[in-house]
Amino acid sequence: MDFNDTAAEAEYRATVRAWLEDNAAEYRQPPATPWKLEEFVRRSKAWQAKKHAAGYTGITWPKPFGGQGLSPMHSIIYGQEESRFHAPSGLYSIGLGMCIPTVFTHGNPEVIQRYVPKALVGEEVWCQLFSEPAAGSDLAGIRTRAVKDGDEWVIDGQKVWTSFAHASDFGIVVCRTDPSKPKHKGLTMFIVDMKAPGVEVRGIKQMSGGSDFNEVFFTGVRVKDTHRLGAEGDGWKVALTTLMHERLAVGGKPRHAPGYATLMKLAKGVEAPNGGPAIEAGDVRQRIAASYIADEGIKLTQMRALSALSKGQMPGPEQSISKVVVAKTMQEMAAFALDLAGGDGFVTEGVDPELEKLQGSYLWSAGLRIAGGTDEILRNIIAERVLGLPGDLRPDKDKPFNESVSA
Amino acid sequence: MNFDFSDDAKTLGEQARKLFGERSGPAKARLAMAAGAPAFDAALWSEIAALGWTAARVPEAHGGLGLTAEESCQLADAAGQHLATVPLVSVLLATEALLIAGTDAQQAKWLPGIADGSVIAVPAWSEPGAVNPASLAVKAEGHRLTGVKSPVADLPGAHLAVVAAAGPDGPSLWLVDLADAQVETVETLDLVRRHGRLTLAGTPAEPLGTAADYQAWLDRAAVILAWEAIGTASAAMAMTVDYAKTRVAFGQTIGRYQGVKHKCADMFIKIELARAHALHGVAMIGSNGAELRQAASAARVASLDAVSYCAEEAVQLHGGIGFTWESDCQFYYRRNRTLAAALAGRGWWADRLVRALELRNRAAA
Repeated sequence: MDFNDTAAEAEYRATVRAWLEDNAAEYRQPPATPWKLEEFVRRSKAWQAKKHAAGYTGITWPKPFGGQGLSPMHSIIYGQEESRFHAPSGLYSIGLGMCIPTVFTHGNPEVIQRYVPKALVGEEVWCQLFSEPAAGSDLAGIRTRAVKDGDEWVIDGQKVWTSFAHASDFGIVVCRTDPSKPKHKGLTMFIVDMKAPGVEVRGIKQMSGGSDFNEVFFTGVRVKDTHRLGAEGDGWKVALTTLMHERLAVGGKPRHAPGYATLMKLAKGVEAPNGGPAIEAGDVRQRIAASYIADEGIKLTQMRALSALSKGQMPGPEQSISKVVVAKTMQEMAAFALDLAGGDGFVTEGVDPELEKLQGSYLWSAGLRIAGGTDEILRNIIAERVLGLPGDLRPDKDKPFNESVSA
Repeated sequence: MNFDFSDDAKTLGEQARKLFGERSGPAKARLAMAAGAPAFDAALWSEIAALGWTAARVPEAHGGLGLTAEESCQLADAAGQHLATVPLVSVLLATEALLIAGTDAQQAKWLPGIADGSVIAVPAWSEPGAVNPASLAVKAEGHRLTGVKSPVADLPGAHLAVVAAAGPDGPSLWLVDLADAQVETVETLDLVRRHGRLTLAGTPAEPLGTAADYQAWLDRAAVILAWEAIGTASAAMAMTVDYAKTRVAFGQTIGRYQGVKHKCADMFIKIELARAHALHGVAMIGSNGAELRQAASAARVASLDAVSYCAEEAVQLHGGIGFTWESDCQFYYRRNRTLAAALAGRGWWADRLVRALELRNRAAA
């Protein structure tokens, strides 16, 4: 057993690293003073174009769609190396990670020709419009309507939790096209122009204070039938293609989030309730151990996935534990660390930067436990898909949608 | 990236799971319990020795197969899963001690017998009142040991004990030929695995390596025991998931209820976290890696968390039937205590993990 690259992987890594060393420095994001949106978008676009010219975009995509036709390992190696340079790639993670693969899997040839190349080079930014106020965990409960009018569709409704909607040119949107069908059957996916008349984007202010997401309102927005992705009524199946990609994207502990090492550092400098440095207190050491076991356990579990991918195999079902462990561990660890710091962990004015990070982590982890599948939904998925337990009873599953909701 | 068992080790594991599945398991455990005395299945022991499982880790020069710790861990996982009524895990642990610290003469004397199954060797760490492997009461005077070791797993019927005893540089290991020693059986919460008390009264012993070797052995033993615990936890989970698919309450199978299925999911989560660390441990044994101590400690803690959760919730999710003498749940519930007591408790290993991290941080600073 080893954690080393194969010879071919090592060669690719060396090539990537050399290219990044020559090119990435000027695009480095300053972590202390994040860029304003316009600056972030401008730099992200320039960086994406540069990567594209060098052959580092669409690494796993098939060549006919402008991709490199390489393996998932190549894409992972590129990502690992790029993350060391803090280059701005987040603007495209949803568009290129989820939306465009959906477009080239389900779109017609004209649509693919029109949208895929411009997305890949970074000229146009994409967002994903699935969640709604009444369709979160129960994602198929979508109420945004699309009504056919000649060779066009007219969209009315509201989406929520849309990342980068305010910076996006286009989006993929799931709409209800036949409310008389059961809820999973009456949905259809479309490409929508985010600058079209009737599209309104409003930022959401989160409880953490930041604004990373948006609400999007659609009022009589017209979409051509050629911009439908997949057959009418197949929107749920099409959405599942997209979401398969999301599960991989929302995985491990966020790169800069505090972990067991932060707790160890903090515990050296504060006093335990019964005297002496906190790092010597039994309960503190138990918590450090628990935090290490969760954080490193997920990292090692990802190593298992990489080993499978490196051999050309599919990763095992253990990958499904990642987010449910990471999010709750972040919350528990941050709360424990803030407790250790006493009042200093509570005051935000003139706060020490390490404690500030922990405060941020405590607030953000509450959202992370919900984003991309709640703790509860993820446990359902493990129980049902991995362990083979039966699904929850869903009384509305086979009923016409318009009989189970009053909307 | 090659963070997985070798195909050879996996094949051996499958073979062991198949044989133990047929020849051990809860049904055999129940026979032992019904007989009123924990079991040693002599026929099964001969068979696994003939298959080379006790020889797996012994070097070829001493009549073994010269395989890696990966094979030992796969065997421990299989034994744990099927509650094997043979002292295989104890022998695997004692073998590691001889491999780490045995002189040529000691290896030549004991390893061939271990390889062919004629010598049952067991580690003896526990002693009355001891909770810390670094602070032991059994003492050496010259080449003689005095004190009591108890409970010692698989001691009744064993031929050789690898005994941890206090020394000037901290505890170290000693070899005690059990022909010279006083052994009695000890009743424990585990009604299936035999345990014993070893009374040492100036009993002849040979030193087996240094205090540092003892520390190295603790780490390797923790990894092997983690795999045994993962095996047992997996069996408790599998039994519970099967039950949740068939038991009906309030008009539907109980596996549909989130209160039930989320516990099953948590069993899986805890087992997979433990597996990741235990795999890290095997990798570090194989490469003699610097992260062995932290990996082994994490594997031990995570595997105890997994097996206690799975064993406890297995009874809970079975409901009343799970609490009966007739239910197999009790085997996992009781074995969970055996595993926790096998080599210092969860708290000690969690502390050892943090000490390993502190040492690493200091070295990096």
